[in-house]
Amino acid sequence: MKVMLAGFVAALVIAALAPVVLDQFGWSSAEHWSSETSVRLD
Amino acid sequence: MNFKQFGAAAFVLATLLFNPGWAQDAPEVDRTSTGGAQTLEDIMARQKKLDVDESFRSENLGDPDSAAAMSEQLGTQGGTSDSDKWRGIRYNESEITTQSRGPAADVLIQDGGMPWYELREGPVITYGGLALLGIIALLAVFYFVRGKIMIDGGPAGTRIERFKAIERFGHWLLAGSFIALALTGLLTLMGRSFLIPVIGHEAFSPLAIGSKWLHNNIAWAFMLGLVMTFVMWVAHNIPNKLDWQWLKAGGGIFTKSHPSSKKFNAGQKIIFWTVMILGFSVSLSGLSLLFPFQMPMFADTFGVINSILGTDFPTALAPHEEMQLSNIWHSIVAFLMMLAIIAHIYIGSVGMEGAFDAMGTGQVDLEWARQHHDLWVEEVQARQGKGESS
Repeated sequence: MKVMLAGFVAALVIAALAPVVLDQFGWSSAEHWSSETSVRLD
Repeated sequence: MNFKQFGAAAFVLATLLFNPGWAQDAPEVDRTSTGGAQTLEDIMARQKKLDVDESFRSENLGDPDSAAAMSEQLGTQGGTSDSDKWRGIRYNESEITTQSRGPAADVLIQDGGMPWYELREGPVITYGGLALLGIIALLAVFYFVRGKIMIDGGPAGTRIERFKAIERFGHWLLAGSFIALALTGLLTLMGRSFLIPVIGHEAFSPLAIGSKWLHNNIAWAFMLGLVMTFVMWVAHNIPNKLDWQWLKAGGGIFTKSHPSSKKFNAGQKIIFWTVMILGFSVSLSGLSLLFPFQMPMFADTFGVINSILGTDFPTALAPHEEMQLSNIWHSIVAFLMMLAIIAHIYIGSVGMEGAFDAMGTGQVDLEWARQHHDLWVEEVQARQGKGESS
């Protein structure tokens, strides 16, 4: 049963870390389309 | 026809009863009176939800070669009327430049939104929900008819290692994330219809926001678990002749026999490949939804299908259409996975004595193992006799 709990906890840890890791690669979809550079002013 | 086949046939027939019928083609329309433009018959056909061939509009975009001279009326229009231009925008055939950057910014009108919404809120929820309730009802009936599958003669009392810790970790990583994904996915899909009327918008809002966050981020754990279990178990899940014998005996479920099996029997192999294939597919459509407009897949997939089957699926899709198709496909595949996994959870817990131990502690009763995986037990004992690990 410890392994089962470890699997569940690992899933939650991965979920918590995912946004941080993705952000390192510039993959944050939340900001991707609303940054200052997303509008062309020419 | 055994009970299981009868149940499946009854479920399919019941499903067809609720089917409103496939859309029919609209009859040919004579448009000479309108000069080729839309007629009342076209409008009435759409109201009757018939399939109308829209090419008379989508391809009627003006002709620059027959543009009027600059000095004439409409001469500055370049051979296209305002209606032609709006049709061009409507069918995404116009050259659009915008200040907004992004792959979908130059699509000004995309009319797939309502059909997508109606499909999502209608048949997907209705048939998906009914299928989930149906499998739960079938399993409940099965439980009361067949009862719990017990170890013949009772447990031996000695145990054998069925799965190592790393195997169980991979399984529970996959299982835990899948359950979270299923619950949050159902909440996202059905919450508007079923939860808001009960708990109200104020209570539903944080629930929906939390569900979205969890669904988007725990998906990575699911994909990792999928890869782990595939790598660890694929070699044991290659179909062989034994599987056919196992299937012909119905796994011994009704005959109360014990067809021979190695580490995984045919039923488990079906679950394995169902999870792997559907899990891979739901991951791809999920990635497409996680990174909007970045990973369009359906146009290329349709192209491949058309080249193999000679079908005529559209291969020029607007970015929004790609997202709509990804969303619908994601839901359908997820429902299929949920059906398979509910059955898997049943047989791995309340449906069979001793089955949960395999993933619970990793140690199963030797008699249970002999009855359900006799050849695997022989392999393990032969290896142990040679001093190797299982």
